[in-house]
This record gives sequence, C-alpha cells and structure tokens, in this order.
Amino acid sequence: MSLPGYNFAYLDEQTKRMIRRALLKAVAIPGYQVPFASREMPLAYGWGTGGMQVTAAVIGPDDVLKVIDQGADDTTNAVSIRRFFALTAGVRTTERTVEATIIQTRHRIPETPLTAGQILVYQVPQPEPLRKLEPRETETRRMHALAEYGLMHVKLYEDIARHGRITLSYDYPVLVNGRHVMAPSPIPSFDNPKMHRSPALQLFGAGREKRIYAVPPYTSVESLAFEDHPFHPWKANAPCGLCGATDSYLDEVVVDDRGGRLFVCSDTDHCTTRRAAGHRGAAAGHALAGAGE
Amino acid sequence: MTALAPGFVDPPLAAQAVFRRLLDAMARPGMVVSLEAPPAPPPLALAAGAIALTLCDADTAVWLDPALRTAEVVAWLRFHTGCRIVGAAEDAAFAFAADTVALPFDRLPIGSDEFPDRSATAVVQVARLGAGAPLCLAGPGIETTTRLHVQGLPAGFVAWRARNHVAYPRGVDVVLVAGTQIAGLPRSTAVTEG
Repeated sequence: MSLPGYNFAYLDEQTKRMIRRALLKAVAIPGYQVPFASREMPLAYGWGTGGMQVTAAVIGPDDVLKVIDQGADDTTNAVSIRRFFALTAGVRTTERTVEATIIQTRHRIPETPLTAGQILVYQVPQPEPLRKLEPRETETRRMHALAEYGLMHVKLYEDIARHGRITLSYDYPVLVNGRHVMAPSPIPSFDNPKMHRSPALQLFGAGREKRIYAVPPYTSVESLAFEDHPFHPWKANAPCGLCGATDSYLDEVVVDDRGGRLFVCSDTDHCTTRRAAGHRGAAAGHALAGAGE
Repeated sequence: MTALAPGFVDPPLAAQAVFRRLLDAMARPGMVVSLEAPPAPPPLALAAGAIALTLCDADTAVWLDPALRTAEVVAWLRFHTGCRIVGAAEDAAFAFAADTVALPFDRLPIGSDEFPDRSATAVVQVARLGAGAPLCLAGPGIETTTRLHVQGLPAGFVAWRARNHVAYPRGVDVVLVAGTQIAGLPRSTAVTEG
C-alpha cells in the first residue's frame, strides 16, 4: 500500500477536496482556467507540480498510471513522478498507453488513440494563452469574460504578414467548446487534432500559476487559424529511423560530431510496440534503440 | 438525541472512489452512475450524503432546502464535514434540495463573467434515475445527443436549465441524485424535454 506516515497519494484530504471542487468546475466550463490553491510538492515548481496535484486528487488504488515526458517513459521527470505515485498511492504503473487508466504527460499526447475510460493529465507551465500578449491578469481575465480574442488573431496575422505562415509549432492556441481560447500546454501543434472530440477526459494542472482547467470527452477543440491560412500541424519530414513510422511525431537526435542526425519517434511506447511487431526503420539496430535490439 | 450516523469508514479511499464517479458523471452528462455511499440521515439521499462528505468542508457554504433542513441532517453534515450551513440560497457553494415544488434555482450564485467558477453546485434529489420522463441532452461530454430519464424532477426545472444555459459560461452545475445513483448536468449541457 502507500507510504507509512503519509496520506494516500501524498496530499492531505482538505487539499484534495479543494482540488476536486476546482476540477468539477473546470469540467463544467471547458477551457476556462479555475484558480486553485496550489500546494508545494516535494519537487520544484516547473517539474510538473500542477499535473501531480491533479493526479493525486484523481488517482485511486485500482488505477494504472503512465507518466510521459516529451513522449518518453524513461526520462528523469517521468520516472520520478511514476515512482512517487507508486510509493505514495501504491498504484500499478505501466509504460503501455493501452494499459493506463491515468496518463500524466509533459508536452505530448500519446500516438495510440485514447479511449473513453482514460484520463490524460497535462503538466502546464503557462496556462494563460494570452499572457505573452497581455501581461496583466485582470486584463486577460476580462478578455476571456468577453470572449475578446482579437489580440490573439492579430498575433497570428502578424506571423503570416512577417513569415508567410503561422510560425507557432507548439503550445498552439485552441478554441474549446466554441467559447474559451485555451493553451494546450507545450504539446507540438502536431498533437492538437488529437484533442478534438477525444473520448478521454483531459485535465490540465499548472502548479506555479495555480490554475486547473479541463476538456471533457467529445468536446470541440479547434486550433485557431484563418480561412485562407488553415491550421497546419508541424512534423519533421522523415520516417522514424528505428521503426519506420511515417505518421508519428519525431525527435531529431544528433548522433555524432560530424553532423549526423536521426529522426526517431518521440512516443517511446509507440516506437517499441511497432518494433516488437516487426517494423524496421532505416537505422534499425542503432544504439539508440536500446538493449532490446 | 439519537446516535449520529457514521461517515466514511476510510475517508481517503472512500472519498476518492466517490469523487472519481462524480467526475465521470460530470464529464459524461446524462450517464447514470452508482456511488458507494455510507448511511446518511433521511431525508438526505445516500448519494447526496456521499457527495457532501467528499466535497464539503469548512471552506464551503452549504444551503439546505426546507425539506432537508432537519436537525439530524444539519448535525450530521456539521459533524462529518465541518461545513458552514447558510440560510440564504444566494450564499451557497453547494445547495442540497429534496423539495420538488419550490426550489429557488434563480437565487443560487452563477458566478461572474470573470470568475464563472464561483457558482453553486446544486445536488437535487429526484425519485428515480433511468426511469420516467426523458430529457434530451447535448453538449461537451456527449458524443451527439443522449437521453436521461428522470422521475420526480422539480417543477420548472427544464425552463430554469434553459435560462441557466443562456448565461454560459456563468451558471449553476447540477447533480441529480436518486438513492445511491447520480447523473451530472453541468452548465455546459443543453437540456430539453423529450
């Protein structure tokens, strides 16, 4: 079971009630940022404290938890958070997307389509999509209240005027339920279409900025764009070097000091599953593939 | 003085189980969900009691309609949750109601344009869920449209929901309760008869 001396899932019950009330309001107003009294967690702000508080308020002993960091299950942040909940909540953890009931994520949505029973918890550094355009919280709050998103469209227009296209490639703003403009967290714009009418429940926690928001299942999530400049999800123009996938989001890895580089799936579970099924990319057998090959 | 009914046996795990079902119900409006609820003093429905134990504490103002404002219910809520019981519906963070005739829906706080989350959650007891007159639901959490059958819905409920929906993103969120069953009707859900 859980760690002796600590409450189940680390947080005390009063804190969980406060977060749970905020979560229910967040689900009732898709895309609206609910302020909450974010607690200190046993790691620094910026390491996923918001996501962890949401997970702690939601998780139960029967859950199976997966944690990814930029798509990978095996990085420091993902491993630490997974171990934290294995220790404090005694839950089973997994690296398989299909086995997980709760997936806490930093900056990616898994390639495997999510299903109705799953909850995706995003770690969010900056929940306010308008913050870079308007630093005052009172003003951005008023803009959301009035659904006054002209400033955002001007920003996107200026991108087109200067560069000929919208240059945002991550944290690409979305319109949720036709009402609230929302920051999808720094996921690549490649992942934005996966949010639209997803059967899974999507919860967002920003610990330092003290905001919680949510996208319920089957909710419209539209990437902002113009009729004559439609939304284009960005992706490297290459197949995965290890598994040969052409439809997944890729990381570019520098492999030597002579300009050699390799594109590999950012979603490690997706890549491993494909390789286990016999798919081979041009660089199959490379040291990056791990001991398994 | 009769003995107070007990609350959750294992509060962290029991509250988590109830909250998770409640989150499910609010994320998928119209879906009827069962809660594992401890005994609650009648006329408070078991699921309504479990919701109070899960979400209410010293930080929440709780309003009870006259049908529920019995000495037993008040004592039970105060002892187990430490919540403030308020007399005016305008002050409620949570409103529990069992009366089906004269609910002051329009007096519940709906939040402000800047803070639509500062609004009430109404836990409304009905006779049965899954049987009775059909409601047609549409909105976030619902793939196309869905039907929820409710017996014993308060008078004027659908007309009030229509007014509530127009005020979006402000508005009151509703949890319908019958025995140990619940169904969520967040403000984002459009409710019509039929």
